[in-house]
Amino acid sequence: MFPTVRFLAAAALALLAVPTLSVAETVKIGAAFSLTGNAAAYGAQQKHGVQAAIDDVNKSGKLKGVTLELVLEDDGTSKEQGIAVFQRFINRDKVSAIIGPTLSTTATAADPIAQQGKTPVVAVSNTAAKGITDIGDYVWRVSLTEAQVIPSALKVAQAKIGFKNAAILYGNDDVFTKGGFDVMKASLEAAGIPIVDIQTFATKDRDFNAQLTALKAKNPDFLMVSALVEQAAAIVSQARQLGWNVPIMGGNGFNSPKLMANAGPAAEGVMVGTAWNKASADPANQAFIAGQKARGNDPDQFCAQAYTGVLVIADAIAQAGMKGGRDDIKAGFLKVKDLSTPLGKFSFLPSRDGSHAAAVQVVKGGKFEILQ
Amino acid sequence: MGQQIVNGLFLGSIYALFALGYTLVFGVLDILNLAHQAVFMICAYVALVLVVHLHMPMFAALPVAVLAGGLMGIVVDRVAFKPLRGRSDSNIAGLISSIALATILEAAVLQVFGPDVERFPFGAVPTRSLKIGGAVVSELQIVIIAIALAMLLGLTWLLRRTRLGRRIRAVAESPKAARVLGVDVDRVIAASFFLSSALGAAAGVLFGLAFNNVAPDMGRSVELKGLAVIVLGGMGSMPGAALAGLALGLLEVFTVAWIGSSYRDAVAFGVLFLVLVLRPRGLLGSAALREA
Repeated sequence: MFPTVRFLAAAALALLAVPTLSVAETVKIGAAFSLTGNAAAYGAQQKHGVQAAIDDVNKSGKLKGVTLELVLEDDGTSKEQGIAVFQRFINRDKVSAIIGPTLSTTATAADPIAQQGKTPVVAVSNTAAKGITDIGDYVWRVSLTEAQVIPSALKVAQAKIGFKNAAILYGNDDVFTKGGFDVMKASLEAAGIPIVDIQTFATKDRDFNAQLTALKAKNPDFLMVSALVEQAAAIVSQARQLGWNVPIMGGNGFNSPKLMANAGPAAEGVMVGTAWNKASADPANQAFIAGQKARGNDPDQFCAQAYTGVLVIADAIAQAGMKGGRDDIKAGFLKVKDLSTPLGKFSFLPSRDGSHAAAVQVVKGGKFEILQ
Repeated sequence: MGQQIVNGLFLGSIYALFALGYTLVFGVLDILNLAHQAVFMICAYVALVLVVHLHMPMFAALPVAVLAGGLMGIVVDRVAFKPLRGRSDSNIAGLISSIALATILEAAVLQVFGPDVERFPFGAVPTRSLKIGGAVVSELQIVIIAIALAMLLGLTWLLRRTRLGRRIRAVAESPKAARVLGVDVDRVIAASFFLSSALGAAAGVLFGLAFNNVAPDMGRSVELKGLAVIVLGGMGSMPGAALAGLALGLLEVFTVAWIGSSYRDAVAFGVLFLVLVLRPRGLLGSAALREA
């Protein structure tokens, strides 16, 4: 009798234990990135980011009883393909959440499909201020908008340089540069920094000497410039040629290696806001960089944001009590708070936009370095 | 203030150099060569290729590009103007065919070099600068102003004192009379195109150097300004074009400094309009329109 009872008891215990140990729940996450087309350079980095994040989360054992599975598809840098991929994710692959697509334009077309299909989306590279998270309550965002990066970057620069007033130069016939200007002006006003002068130029201009001389005459401590990268290089070169060594901070248009290629030594010291502080000593960031290096990838901001996208979903699953359903994840997002990520401590705002500290890059020796 | 004058003179001397070539052909033939801006642009590319790919020093590349521009001027005449000469509507037809030629040349450059801005390598352009009473003047700016001035004086001398100059002036007065007097009118016209386009080429190279920016659409940005300058200076007047070029440069710069950069073109063309109303022949235009 005894052995049988013991055997049965052991068998019962084993049966109880088995489901939680080996028949773990698999949660599918769809990632739609531009692996081909114009934005393919970003997509390649994003792919590295999500792949590493899925592996890291599964290995960490943070999600007890849940295994993440990645379904990666190419959005082709096009709205049509983005919509098709989203439909496949939602109806055929039955994913629990979607990361992507790469460009804001694609997102404006594809995200409404996810909203209708009640499948949460995490945008990891869309930075358009409007038209992304406004799509609906299933659309969430990790990537900071320019309106979020500039005020934060301004604070960092202010702490570092301690300027008392500022001037702005911007292109007034381009939606992107005008939008950047609006944010700069609002940020300076919010920070209580007087704006001593504002000058404008047109997209086709090549000569900025007159504007720069007029600005220089007002002797501001700090110059903010909202321009596309071609003009950015010319403006920086001509300012230095005029013998004006004011600290310059650019908008997102400056965020390109072309700035250094075109302006050469004149670009030294120019500052640009960035969502990812590459030099952060935060262990989450250091581990992320080491992981990417081990994969043979030199990570950029897009890679770090894509990686964070997966971490956010994993945390939402954990917050929902290790449940990976679509609505569990959506509910879990609300509880993501001060999550440790390569981007820093990450939380969601009530607008479903992400929030974390931005950093300032400065050109040093022909390369962007983090201003510390 | 001092710095803005330097900025204005610098910008103005490029306008002047560009407009000199424009006005030379207009003075001789009474036609506008709208392919002038294409020659301006292509010669900037010629200099760029010589410096970047053949590693020529800038001071050697400039004369080669200017020569290439001159030869291109002869081609422009042969292709766009000569076949139409003698027709009753040759002025308008030539205007249109030169626009067509400019478009073709621009498209060709776009095919070869792409739409991106090209640059002279660092070090090809002198970057030293000196201070004159609070104003910073770069070596390059001084060189550009000097070249513009030298070309203006050289052209004036050529037109006043040489056989070619006399012939050009004779053809400008009346092609028919010049032909009767034994002048080879076609050759004189070709020579005018050569000179005009060489000036345009010099302007193109200097413009490319000044802003270190060579792009297929660079001619477009000075085309309208050049037209304004020759109207302002008096159609066909060389010193007028030079003076008006400098005036436009200064006007633009001071509009930016005192009124605001958004009003720059509005003020520049507003003044052009006023000059046309108050002084229809331009600043230095010859007294009355010639009756044919």
